[in-house]
Amino acid sequence: MSKALLYDATICIGCKQCEQGCATENSLPYNDSIAAEEKQSEHKYTAVLTKGDKFMRRLCMNCQDPACASACPVAALRKTAAGPVIYEEGRCMGCRYCMLACPFNVPKYEWGKMLPKVRKCTMCPNRVAAGKQTACAEICPTGATKFGERDELINEAQKRIRDNPGQYVQHIYGLSEVGGTSVLLLSSVPFEQFGYSANMLTEPMPLLTSRVLSKVPDVVMLGGVLLGGIWWITNRRDDVAAAEDSEKKSVFEDKKRGKDENGEA
Amino acid sequence: MGKPRFGFWNVILWVVLLLGGYSLILRFARGLGASTNLSDAFPWGLWVGFKLFAVALAGGGFTLAAVVHIFNLKRYHPVLRPMILTAFLGYSAFICSLIIDLGRPYRVWHPMVMWNDHSVMFEIAWCVMLYTTVLALEFAPAVLERLGWQRALVWLRGVMIPVVILGVILSTLHQSSLGSLYLIVPGKLYPLWYSPLEPVFFFVSALCAGLAMTVFESWHSRKAFGKQLEQSLLVSLGRVLAVALSFYLALRFVDMVHRGVFHLLLLPRTETYLFLLEIALLLIPMLLLFQRRIHQNPTALYFCSVLTLLGFVTNRMNVAITGMEASSGTYYFPKWTELAITMSLVAGAFAVFWLAVKYLPVFPPAHETHLAQSARVAAPSAAASPAVPELTHAGS
Repeated sequence: MSKALLYDATICIGCKQCEQGCATENSLPYNDSIAAEEKQSEHKYTAVLTKGDKFMRRLCMNCQDPACASACPVAALRKTAAGPVIYEEGRCMGCRYCMLACPFNVPKYEWGKMLPKVRKCTMCPNRVAAGKQTACAEICPTGATKFGERDELINEAQKRIRDNPGQYVQHIYGLSEVGGTSVLLLSSVPFEQFGYSANMLTEPMPLLTSRVLSKVPDVVMLGGVLLGGIWWITNRRDDVAAAEDSEKKSVFEDKKRGKDENGEA
Repeated sequence: MGKPRFGFWNVILWVVLLLGGYSLILRFARGLGASTNLSDAFPWGLWVGFKLFAVALAGGGFTLAAVVHIFNLKRYHPVLRPMILTAFLGYSAFICSLIIDLGRPYRVWHPMVMWNDHSVMFEIAWCVMLYTTVLALEFAPAVLERLGWQRALVWLRGVMIPVVILGVILSTLHQSSLGSLYLIVPGKLYPLWYSPLEPVFFFVSALCAGLAMTVFESWHSRKAFGKQLEQSLLVSLGRVLAVALSFYLALRFVDMVHRGVFHLLLLPRTETYLFLLEIALLLIPMLLLFQRRIHQNPTALYFCSVLTLLGFVTNRMNVAITGMEASSGTYYFPKWTELAITMSLVAGAFAVFWLAVKYLPVFPPAHETHLAQSARVAAPSAAASPAVPELTHAGS
């Protein structure tokens, strides 16, 4: 079963300890000025956004069928069975197609470095593998970020919405967006207010390209046969014409340097 | 007229190459951040647009290889070599700009051993590697003829048909896959350009761009060397281009009807204006190319090819840059270093093409069965014409 995170914005107090925990876990710098940056970046994998008394987290959604992993030509990004979408920096050649492909604009790049890497939240794969919670869930003082089995978290989210109908937007963000994500969000205000698109496809993004890519072997096979066949017909026509035309002036010329001829006719 | 123009262009060439060289040093000494205006919000910029366009120009290579070798229309043989060379240079420019654009260029070989067959980029990487090899093989006869290496030529001719077939398949895949790259960004690419048919658009437009490039090159080659294609051949190409462009524009039109995006043209936005510019640059040459008096005038024909090429530059830049801006929430305009490197690659490709036409049998009608003759024709003074009627005859 795959693990997931449930973030309930109505419980969040905006203390930003998740940012702190994330920075520690990933050996990133963290101080007041970084805390004030309300966006994900190469040195900040999760950000708590504040609007009045409302909060919302941004982090990698760790999609069930991630666009970035399908886009990556060298499989540096990969969805693990446990849930996290991990990044193997040793494979990455820096084409940045993942950044383009990600519907949530999550992957960031180390533009200032000579040997840059893609940077993003990878849902603490080592901790998850060791049976622990993610750093952000573990440190959260209110339980706003909760770690667990995805199925169980979905049940819990549905229950919370059912039990407190006035408190939530009637939607679990990430349940069906882009085919489902390993980060599930609950909120009392529309998700668009915090930059979460309301028009996400409900099918996995990789389908958009795999539909086309799946035709590649057919194109190779059928194209090869078709072109070969056309060549055979057109050249056969030439052979016949040449035979009928034999002993005429063009052949006379050819004969003079016959040794060059073997290949083409 | 020839001399002073060349002096002028030489100066331009060297200025561009110097600026480009400096930018290149900057890019490799200071990194992408210092040498580009790219950012997390806008990770793909001018260099990607240039790559899309460089490959589109190469469309003539596989089109004419198929026409001449597979469909056996020998009349078009004289067009083949310049187009193969163009395609080879287009792909070389693609590879150069890819290496510059990659965050870690020294890992450019990774797709060879680290596979992900779900990735369009992976398909592209393989197509580029294989098709560049195919193009080198297809152009090799011109070099071998010059060197007089008969045995290699005979061997090459033996494998040419399978190589050509492979090349046509690879470029079909590659041209369309560059469009497929954008299938995964439905929420990001502006709806005037985002279409499920993007791969088809890229493929058909590469055919058009290839044809336009042929006319364009022939005109310049005549100016520089007095070598050019038969006017009758250019007229035919012009007609085919007219039909190909109408098909392309009809396809775009039908697609827009089905997606119901015409109302977007009423919005006073940058996207609207650049979209209209793109369509106008393709529609005008299309309409002109259907007229007889345009065909009879080499300069008018050339003018049409220039418009077409500009139309496709605009199209590729619109897909890569204009169409991605609104969703990114930022404004991107390439840094001067990005422009300088791009222009250097263009200038470099032109320079190599010029050298190749000067020293190799590119434009002369080097029918492969007339080796000895074509080796001699390599001298600039010999005109292309004598053998052409013969070829025309052979094709019909």
